[in-house]
Amino acid sequence: MKKVGLIVNPIAGMGGKVGLKGTDGQAILAEAKRMGAEQVSPQRTVKALERLIPLKNAIELITYPQEMGEEVANQCGFNPKVIGSITQGMTSSDDTKQACKDLFKMKIDLLLFAGGDGTARDIYNSIGNEIVVLGIPTGVKMHSSVFAYNPMRAGDLAMIYLQGKVKELKEAEVMDIDEEAFRKGFVSAKLYGYLRVPFGRRYIQGLKAGSPPTEKYSQEAIAQKIIDDMEDDCFYIIGPGTTTRTIMEKLNLDFTLLGVDLLHRKKLIEEDLNEKKLLEHIKGKKAKLVITPIGGQGFLFGRGNQQLSPNVIKEVGKDNIIVIATSHKINSLNGHPFLIDSGDTELDRLLSGYVIVITGYQESVVYRVTS
Amino acid sequence: MFEKGGTKMNRKNKVRNFHQAKWDEPVIFELSNKGERGILFPEIEKEIEMDIGDGISNLPKNMVREQPPNLPELSQMQVLKHYLRLSQQTLGADLNVDIGQGTCTMKYSPKINEKLATSSKFTELHPSQDETTVQGILEIIYKLDLFLREISGLDKFTFQPSGGSQAIFAIASIIHAHHEASGESEKRDEIITTMFSHPSDAAAPIVKGYKIINIYPNEDGLPAVEALEKAVSNRTAGLLITNPEDTGIFNPKIREFTRIVHEIGGVCGYDQANANGILGITRAKEAGFDLCFFNLHKTFSSPHGCGGPAAGALGVTEEFIKYLPTPLVEFDESKYFFNYDVPRSIGKVRAFYGVVPAILKAYSWIMSLGSKGLREVSEIAVLNNNYLLKKVLELRGASAPYAEGRHRIEQVRYSWDELYRETGVTTEDITCRMVDFGFHMWSSHHPFIVPQPFTLEPTESYSKAEIDEYIAGLKKVVEEAYENPEIVKTAPHRSVVHKIDVDSLDDPTRWAITWRAYLKKSKK
Repeated sequence: MKKVGLIVNPIAGMGGKVGLKGTDGQAILAEAKRMGAEQVSPQRTVKALERLIPLKNAIELITYPQEMGEEVANQCGFNPKVIGSITQGMTSSDDTKQACKDLFKMKIDLLLFAGGDGTARDIYNSIGNEIVVLGIPTGVKMHSSVFAYNPMRAGDLAMIYLQGKVKELKEAEVMDIDEEAFRKGFVSAKLYGYLRVPFGRRYIQGLKAGSPPTEKYSQEAIAQKIIDDMEDDCFYIIGPGTTTRTIMEKLNLDFTLLGVDLLHRKKLIEEDLNEKKLLEHIKGKKAKLVITPIGGQGFLFGRGNQQLSPNVIKEVGKDNIIVIATSHKINSLNGHPFLIDSGDTELDRLLSGYVIVITGYQESVVYRVTS
Repeated sequence: MFEKGGTKMNRKNKVRNFHQAKWDEPVIFELSNKGERGILFPEIEKEIEMDIGDGISNLPKNMVREQPPNLPELSQMQVLKHYLRLSQQTLGADLNVDIGQGTCTMKYSPKINEKLATSSKFTELHPSQDETTVQGILEIIYKLDLFLREISGLDKFTFQPSGGSQAIFAIASIIHAHHEASGESEKRDEIITTMFSHPSDAAAPIVKGYKIINIYPNEDGLPAVEALEKAVSNRTAGLLITNPEDTGIFNPKIREFTRIVHEIGGVCGYDQANANGILGITRAKEAGFDLCFFNLHKTFSSPHGCGGPAAGALGVTEEFIKYLPTPLVEFDESKYFFNYDVPRSIGKVRAFYGVVPAILKAYSWIMSLGSKGLREVSEIAVLNNNYLLKKVLELRGASAPYAEGRHRIEQVRYSWDELYRETGVTTEDITCRMVDFGFHMWSSHHPFIVPQPFTLEPTESYSKAEIDEYIAGLKKVVEEAYENPEIVKTAPHRSVVHKIDVDSLDDPTRWAITWRAYLKKSKK
């Protein structure tokens, strides 16, 4: 019998309707409640769970007490195994993390969680990408790619995954923005890591744009192209992402998935460099920068790779920026252009227009960039 | 699962119920029974053997098989039943309103043309016959060349490529030969195309060894001139582009595209595989192209794909005739003949002169219509398409991304994204449900930039009544999607094949196109 974990972040999404950008932190939750915010996460979770009712007797649903899962599970007619303990009405990020750890120990086959980017981060921080998860979108901010299109889709995708009809997994970005800064009008998104989610093409945008095998072949072809074209007298700055990581894997080098690494003559000079160190290495030397847009958003600069500051970009030079992406990744933008928010308006304007993106060994596309 | 009552078609109800035969039919190799034969040849009579030998031993040794071929062993009756059953499990253009196959141009192919192509006067010809004995068919090949010169404005056609992709490969080869002649073929190694051009415009040049730069469309659905300017360089060998693109939007700046590419020394090839909306209206020459091709099996009504062998008619301007595959069919005012004297020819892309039945059918089709008729074909095709566009957009949840409010040429790539968001029903589900009402819909809408895409092309063949019938089917499915989505999501209910795992189609470890490959892969 398949074991399914369920974590509901009951306060996720509460800030949305009252105009607060997220609900992370106790003070802001109190503010949301004061403004009349009501819980939205449990009702949305019900919509996902309802889709799983046909599997009611074929799976074991394990969850946390009361509003963290027990109530919605009972409402949908499941007979959940309830573990852990919470203080009703006072749940926080710590409860999500604890629930995650407890469920992980139960050796679950799939973790369904309802929440937003903050919840996804909590999951990632407590168990990394050790188990297969799927996000039911109930939060305010949902920049991460771990969420299904809507709660019903989450239920449907979970269903076919549990039935073994979807075997493929993909690594999906966990993104979050600094809520405090966001509320003040600044957007500062960060890539926190990757979680493994079922890869059901019917449930994601860009139907049939790419299957897991073609995605893998494309990444390898792109990486090989970059490696074969590498010049000996040039430094290569490798930006974050799974597409860029493939280059490092092919070269058998250590790498930082979320950081920026520096290569010279196909050897690692240094991992996880910040702006200052990057500039020290490349100042006055020939350097190329290999980057990939953030999946589903299309940011080239300014999200998830702030180390690649305006100064670094200027030092490298516009012509030495190599953009790589699989066709699937580009198609998933549904025609929206790549975005740049480097923090330097003049530089953003200079980088706007059209860029050539390497999409395969012999293939590239011309794609629009705006700031 | 027929609905109760009111299912018969009449003036009010245009939705026709349908139930397809479903046979649990194995692959023919699985039906094989060792030793079973369709024909038992009699033993050779002694007298005959004395005269001419046994018929085998006087064959050259290197032509005699050491092992018999590994073919399925079945009686005639078994073979007949097997293929009849399979035929009952298909939905052909002669059976349904086949407008769900956008980009394919599934038009009516008049049966008179089939009669000509199956006449013994034609079928008993052999491609190795001396040209003096086949003057009739050579005249037809030559005159079809003249017709297509007029339609395109270009100067010479070959019919050797046996399909659109092969014609594109031949175009890429001609572009390569052209740059080789000026010593630039190594430097010029990039071909530019656009995302909504036919995917083969990128794929076939890769086979020739070219690198591909593919231009994404802007919000208006068209590739921007600035994007082309970004793509061109001294490495550009040429441009291969479809117009109107698969969205049905015509690129009004096409002359600027060909100008920019010519200015940097590139060659321009026009993919006119589907020219159904522009016959007699626009031509490759005036748009500035050096090369073009037509799929005779699309626009010119010789049937298509599995309906019959294809033909990619490849045309060039005077400058490029010297690179065409040989032989060319010429006329010296007294006779038609094969011209092999093309020293810079790219060589053959296929045996002999092309798929001659397709050439004959296209010739017959053009002759039956005349020049005015050809233009009328396009005018009706465009009118039909824009009527269909209006009707589809009246359906809840449907949209036609890009170029909002504008007319389209011969087809439209629509989107069911809104319906999907509201009901969870996908294009694939709709496709499967349409089959329950006897409509075949195609599933390829590459490159899948349009979310939940579906591509319809009514051509000139269908009457308003048939388009209305199609729309009534779609409307019924859309209503079901909103009222009872499960019925759509679990479709088809009355057809042969149920949902398949489409991911497997992209995974070479999970598919096999021959029995031998199947045996090999299934062992692992």
